[in-house]
Formats: sequence, C-alpha cells, structure tokens
Amino acid sequence: MNETLLQVSALTKHFPILAGFFSRPVAWVKAVDNVNFEVHQGETLGIVGESGCGKTTLVNVLLNLIEPTAGQVIFDGIDLFGCFKKELRELRQHLQIVFQDPFWSLNPRWLVKDIIAEPLDVHLKLKPAELIKRVEELLDMVGLPKDSVYKSPHEFSGGQRQRIAIARALALNPKLLVLDEPTSAIDIFSQAQILALLKDLKKRLNLTYILISHDLSVVHHMSDKIMVMYLGEVVEYGPGDDIFNRPTHPYTKALLSAIPDINTDSLDDISELEGAVPSAINPPKGCRFNTRCSEVMDICSEKKPVASDIGCGHTANCHLL
Amino acid sequence: MKNYFEIKNLKVDYRTYEGDQNTLDIEHLVLEKGKCFGLVGESGAGKSVLAQTILGILSTPPGVIKSGEILFNGEDLLAKSEGKLRKIRGKKISMIFQDPMSTLNPVFTVGTQITRVIRQNQRVNKKEAIKRAIEKIELVNMPDAEDILDCYPHELSGGQRQRIIIAIALSCDAELLIADEPTRNLDVTIQAGILKLIARLQKELNVTVLFIANNLGLVSATCDHLAMLHEGKIIEMGTTKEVLHNPHHPYTKAYIEAIPKDAEHSIHLEQIAKGTAAPVNSTGCANISLCLEKEEQCHQLVPPLKPIVGTHFVACHRVHGK
Repeated sequence: MNETLLQVSALTKHFPILAGFFSRPVAWVKAVDNVNFEVHQGETLGIVGESGCGKTTLVNVLLNLIEPTAGQVIFDGIDLFGCFKKELRELRQHLQIVFQDPFWSLNPRWLVKDIIAEPLDVHLKLKPAELIKRVEELLDMVGLPKDSVYKSPHEFSGGQRQRIAIARALALNPKLLVLDEPTSAIDIFSQAQILALLKDLKKRLNLTYILISHDLSVVHHMSDKIMVMYLGEVVEYGPGDDIFNRPTHPYTKALLSAIPDINTDSLDDISELEGAVPSAINPPKGCRFNTRCSEVMDICSEKKPVASDIGCGHTANCHLL
Repeated sequence: MKNYFEIKNLKVDYRTYEGDQNTLDIEHLVLEKGKCFGLVGESGAGKSVLAQTILGILSTPPGVIKSGEILFNGEDLLAKSEGKLRKIRGKKISMIFQDPMSTLNPVFTVGTQITRVIRQNQRVNKKEAIKRAIEKIELVNMPDAEDILDCYPHELSGGQRQRIIIAIALSCDAELLIADEPTRNLDVTIQAGILKLIARLQKELNVTVLFIANNLGLVSATCDHLAMLHEGKIIEMGTTKEVLHNPHHPYTKAYIEAIPKDAEHSIHLEQIAKGTAAPVNSTGCANISLCLEKEEQCHQLVPPLKPIVGTHFVACHRVHGK
C-alpha cells in the first residue's frame, strides 16, 4: 500500500444564511457534513453525486479556497488549516485544480504563455528564457504544438483549451490534482482524448487525482476508488469496480440503474428516482436519503446510519446492512 | 403512400469570411408517424441547424437555405410564407430546447407563459386557456398544477422546468416534437424521468419525436430509428439496433468506441486520431481526417448513402451492400 497523501477527517462546511439588520445567521446550509476519507499516493478517487450534493464545496475546502466549519485536512503530513501562511504557500504548489468549463477558466485576453506561466510566476520567479522553455515543455506534455505559446484561447477548440488548463495545473509539479468535471463541457472524441491524456500523465508523473463527475462512465473509467455523496454526506465508498458490480446503498443502486447505455433497448430497463433532492438547510432527520429511498424502514427517519464494512474496503451507510 | 415527414436534398450553407460553408447536406430523411427518430452527432455536426431549418427559425444570414424540400404531410415547409409557418409552429410542430434553465422567461409566471402560447394558437378566452394549461401540466406528471401556474421559473427545479417546457411544447397538441438534447444539464436521476415522460407522451398522444442527442445511450433507450450526422451529412442510418449493434461506418464505430467503460478499457486513440475539421468545402468524405481505413477514392468522391441490409444505410466507400 502506498503512503497516504491526503487524509480528511470529520470535514464539515456549513454556510450561514444571513438576514436582518445585523446580518445574523438565521439558518445554515449544511453543504458538507462529517466527511471522512483518505487518498493514497498514485490513486484516483472519484466523487459522484447529483448537483447540490456538496462535491464542489468539498473540493473547495480541500484546496483551502474556503475555510471549513469543522474538521481536519492533512495533506502530505501537514494540517492544511493549522499551518503557517508560508507553509500553506509552499503546499499550494502541490495542490492544483482543473476546472469544469475551459471556456470560462482561461482568460480570453491572455496568451497561452501567460496563462500557463502564471503559477510559475507566482511561485518560482524564473527568468524569461527559462519560463518559455518550461511552458513549451508543458505544452508538449499535454500534446499541443510548441507554436501555441503566442496564441490566444479563442484559437483553440474545447478539448485543446482543456489541455491548456491541464498544462497550467501541472506547471508546478503538483502531487495532487483535483479534476472538477474535466470533460463535461466537451465532445465525446475530445473527452476520450483528454481521459487518455490524464491516465498517461498520471503514470508518467506519479500524480494523484480527485475526480469529480456526474458522468458515471467517466468515473468508472478513471477511478481506483469511488465515493458516492448525497446531500453533503458520504453514502458509499469503495474500490471502483466493486461499487459498480456490487452497489449496496439504495442511492448508489438508483444512480447506476438510471443511466442508459448503448445496450439499453427500452426505457423499462432504466429507473428514475422519485422526488427531488431535499433542501440542505433542513436535511431529513436520520438517514438523509429516507425521503426518496425505495427500501425505507421506520428506523431510517430516526437514526443516522453508520458506515458498515462489507468487505474489500467497501463501506456503505445504510440501516439495511 | 405519402410519407408523413420527409426531407429531400436539403442543403444549408453558412456564410463565412472564408466562403460559404456547407453546414447541412441531407439527401433523404423520412420520419414515420408516431415513432421516435434519433439524430446523433458531435457539436457542430448540424443537428441544431436541422431543427431550426425545420421550424423555419434559422437565422439568415449567416445561414442560407440553398435548396431542398421539407415535406410535412405533403406540404413543403420551405415554400411557405412566414405567416403560414406561424400557424404550423407550436400547433403542428413544436420544439423542446436544450437548456431548461434559460428557456423559460424568468420575469413571467409559468401560467402566463403557458396560456400565452395557448391563446396565440387557439381562439379561447383566458379562463379556458388556464383550464387547458392545468390539463397540460397534469399531463406531464406534475402534482398541484394550479399552484404551479403561479410559480416563477426560479422556484422550480431543473427537472420541473423541463416538464413545464414539455407542457408548453405540447400545449397546442403538436404532432411533431423536436427534442433538442432535452436532458442536457440535468442529473441522471432526473434524466430518466424526463425520457420516460417523453416516451409516454409519444405513445399516448401519437406524437412523432425527433430526438437530438450526442449521447448514444439516450438514443438507444428511446429511439426506434437513428441517423448519425457528421459534418452535416448523414453517414449511417437505420434502426437503433442495426446501427448500434452492427455499426459499419468507421465514424460510428469510433463514436461507440469513445464511450468510456470500466477501468481496464483503454480507448483506442489511433481510431480517433487527431480530429481536425475538414477545410471549407473540401471534396471527398467528411470523415477523412478521422478515418483509418481511407483509400484513394475517399479523397476525391463524397460517398453516397447506400442501403446495406433492409433499412440500414451507410455512406462509406469501403462498405458495400449485399
């Protein structure tokens, strides 16, 4: 087993809803509630869930872009929220992110050179010649021609822009790369190319990924471990193939049976999940999934289920177990 | 027998600074009444241009309809005046647009938006329009229809909004429904519900659906027939089973291959070699830059759409019918 790179324990983020003259909090949006997991060096962790389940809040906290309400994130042996600013600056080099939509995440007025060199400028203070050399090296790494250096983002297609975003994220040799829906805004062939590139880079540079996606086939294709989230909580966690072959939590089952693939002949083969996601301000008591669960019992609305191990490091939070 | 809906030799160009670019070139396409027809392709393949051309809402310029006929119940839609088209749009042919978040007007209530469409197309008073609106909202499986009429779009979730849009599209009993990626930007759990709703309405109301998608899984589950569109041309067409389980065209094969599967599956990238768009008005096969099996004639001749077996058509020089 490789060493643990990232350890998250009891991580919680509640956003206040402010109202009144003094802007006092009147309620709290429980975006992420008591999330625990570990990511080992060289692993890919896939995070799956509906929109509004707290995936994006979770990574924002992991990258220390927002402060958590409670809990701890230990990256490479250092507590992300208890360290000095100087240490944090050092750490940020190793924590990078690729955003969802490459049409928004690249500044349209900058040249590719400036976009990719920005993290280098901030952290390393290289000489211009070295800078260009490094940028060219990075472009080569993500499969773009060297003459892209002096081009603007609008000259590239969606897939190529995402390559630029990846090059920027790789500029400082990070250890952990967070991929926030890296292929949701691009076409199927570009998606295939980007996924292959990411797999190849991971092998070559010994990277660790946290991949967020709502496309389950992408997550299955990329991930060693998968974490399924619902309304700010983890409902199931385990090795990728195991989750797909042996889904245990009713929510995971519902999620998996809702996607049609090319072998789905009729709509009777897929099932929909009734109802909408409840509000995160007043999440249901007990198991948060109890309002939509098909196998709901009396205990579900009273007691919160705990994670139970079902073998192979696969855990699910459900009273059925 | 006359076909219900037929497209013949439709050519649409887009005017650009580099000359007219051929965006859509469809020789022949037939929709059967009461069936669901899938149209699949990447973005930029011309799917939405086709939908806009059918409805007569293609912006010209930059679009130019060069030639062709779109026959609906035997009448050519392209030859009709704007006034006559208005009588067909919404009443006979209707459309669900891709993004449920931005299709509804945020400053009007749902009720206003539905009754406006109803009163535009049918001579009814306000009371009757509201009654019909409630019927339509119940038709799309939404409880508390009367309360929903007073809601603003922001009060509804994405799935609910898409249901309202479907209700608006069917509010005047349209016969042909064009669904342009109706489940894009929706969660998978909600997506299944919307797909089932469209399928149910199609059967109950005997509506013909033109289902536009870029995901083959969706098409496989919902459609009876499908056409693969690439660079504005249909390159493979047939029943869903024929095309997806026995694809002949290299592009269709690559499209299926590019869907990510489990962790062991490695996508064969040679097959999806660097795809750059073909230059404006190039001769030869549109798939030339992606194809691995190309021959000399692929560079010179545009392959015609030929029947392979029964209803299965393929446009490739290397594929020959039996």
